[in-house]
Amino acid sequence: MSGILVVSEHRNGELRPVSRELVGAAVALKHATGEPVRVAVIGEAPERYVAELKLAGVDEILTVQAVVDAFDPEIYEASVRALIEAREPSLVLLAHSVDSLGYAAPLVVKNGYGFASDVFGIERDADGWVATRSGYGQKVNIEVDFPGRSVVVLTVRPGSYKPVETLAEPAVSAIPAPAVMPRSQHLGFEEPAGGDDVNIPGAEFIVSIGRGVGEEDNVEQFKELADSVGATLGCSRPIADAGWLPKARQVGQSGKTAAACKLYVAMGISGSVQHMAGMKHVETIVAVNTDPEASIFTIARYGIVGDIFEIGQELRNHF
Amino acid sequence: MKILVPIKQVATLDEDFEFRDDGRDVDPDFLIHDLNEWDNYTLEEAMRLKEGPGGEGIEVVVATVGPESVDEELRKCLAKGADRAVRVWSDALEDADAVGVARVLAALARRESPDLIFAGVQAADHACGATGMALAGLLDLPHAAVVAALDYVPGSHSATVRRELEGGSYASVRIGCPAVLTLQLGINTPRYASLRGIKQAAQRPIEVLDAEALGVTADALGAAGSASRVRRMYVPEKGRAQMIEGTPAEQAARLAQIIKEFGGAA
Repeated sequence: MSGILVVSEHRNGELRPVSRELVGAAVALKHATGEPVRVAVIGEAPERYVAELKLAGVDEILTVQAVVDAFDPEIYEASVRALIEAREPSLVLLAHSVDSLGYAAPLVVKNGYGFASDVFGIERDADGWVATRSGYGQKVNIEVDFPGRSVVVLTVRPGSYKPVETLAEPAVSAIPAPAVMPRSQHLGFEEPAGGDDVNIPGAEFIVSIGRGVGEEDNVEQFKELADSVGATLGCSRPIADAGWLPKARQVGQSGKTAAACKLYVAMGISGSVQHMAGMKHVETIVAVNTDPEASIFTIARYGIVGDIFEIGQELRNHF
Repeated sequence: MKILVPIKQVATLDEDFEFRDDGRDVDPDFLIHDLNEWDNYTLEEAMRLKEGPGGEGIEVVVATVGPESVDEELRKCLAKGADRAVRVWSDALEDADAVGVARVLAALARRESPDLIFAGVQAADHACGATGMALAGLLDLPHAAVVAALDYVPGSHSATVRRELEGGSYASVRIGCPAVLTLQLGINTPRYASLRGIKQAAQRPIEVLDAEALGVTADALGAAGSASRVRRMYVPEKGRAQMIEGTPAEQAARLAQIIKEFGGAA
């Protein structure tokens, strides 16, 4: 068993950007270990995505034709198993994404592969592949290995590796599609409801609130605070889930990316991986939190350990 | 019909903590335990089906893999209305990862033959996002991950689910039942347990089994049945924000200055 297999992702006819990050991870490992890199694409017309996957460092692109283009966990599971059998990689990289969550674990338990999810570091030493992930709310790092496993499947945290953008001319091969009788059926995609007319992706200045707000009645004062300082009010998941603010204001992996934001003031947000995925690129992040150990202080430029109500009240005096 | 709801007791760290002597986990003295946040939603979804139209005959069974201290979390679920609680443990499970835990839950599920299994998308402590779907694989049942809405009429052979995707969009999927679904935060509004429920739950039995009694063989227990092994755990070197010190008034004044500088530059 040798070689690194990357399984790319696409949705609604578009290659997902994380696919190029996975290639980045694989190519870095190729430089360190000499293992060839193969990138697979599974879809109704997989050749549609091939041109975009002809990336520098890739040795071979593998296509598997599926009966549907939309993600189905059983088609992906069977196809990746067929790809592993065809090319015998020692390492398989998937994105740590909603789609992979649906088939990575079934794939590994049925075939006895090694497995770790949400990894952001990968190495190989004399004993084999070693992966690093985090634990206890990102307060520790955990190094795991896979004794006795000839194939290791890892789901890789989006944003951990630089995407490969340079094009090249790798070979392209078709792998026969395994017979699968899917037990679920994709009915369609839905875009999120608008909520109010807020534009998180377009906002340059966001004041965002999280669990620290405590209760629904407290939301109004932060709405007013955001208005008075000229910011758009955003929030983290618990606030949207509770229905205190519309989903359209949620910043994060399953919400909106603060794409144009230059100043992000996070109030009472501890900083889950999912939330930080939506704002960690912002130039200036200021975090206000009572917990000096909150994860958000690891990515913020400025930190204030303090009570968001008190700081909010004092801040108002300046505007 | 029956809904199986696997739950997990999760741990957060004390402000200051130390690692175990072997360096492979945190010393248990520094862990604070609670019911996994996602599991409040899975139990609620099961209770909604039970209390909704056609749900009269539904039995909700909560199950966990863990030592005696986890009974506390099972009782929280009983207090909210679960019909039955089962805990499986064997000392060999100490080193089990998500796959190792799923093997035990699969053995229990084979005994219980549920019509639906609702697991949380992930647990708040290690966030592997793997146990529920590993369980689906071991049972070879239809499955869907990260379900943000469920449309199911008790007794029917399929359900329609809305999977939450990245970026705020959703995919609708029809799925055959029995099925395993992992449910996302926000799928419902979890209830609080009533005082009466809490009192009653304290008296209710919890079925305790060892993994061997469920037919889990030694080669599937703990480390042997896991897909990974922890080598070491350590505190990462982190980037650190420049802290703004002072009284709240001074801190706010500096924040105001940052905001005004931004306003001037924009």
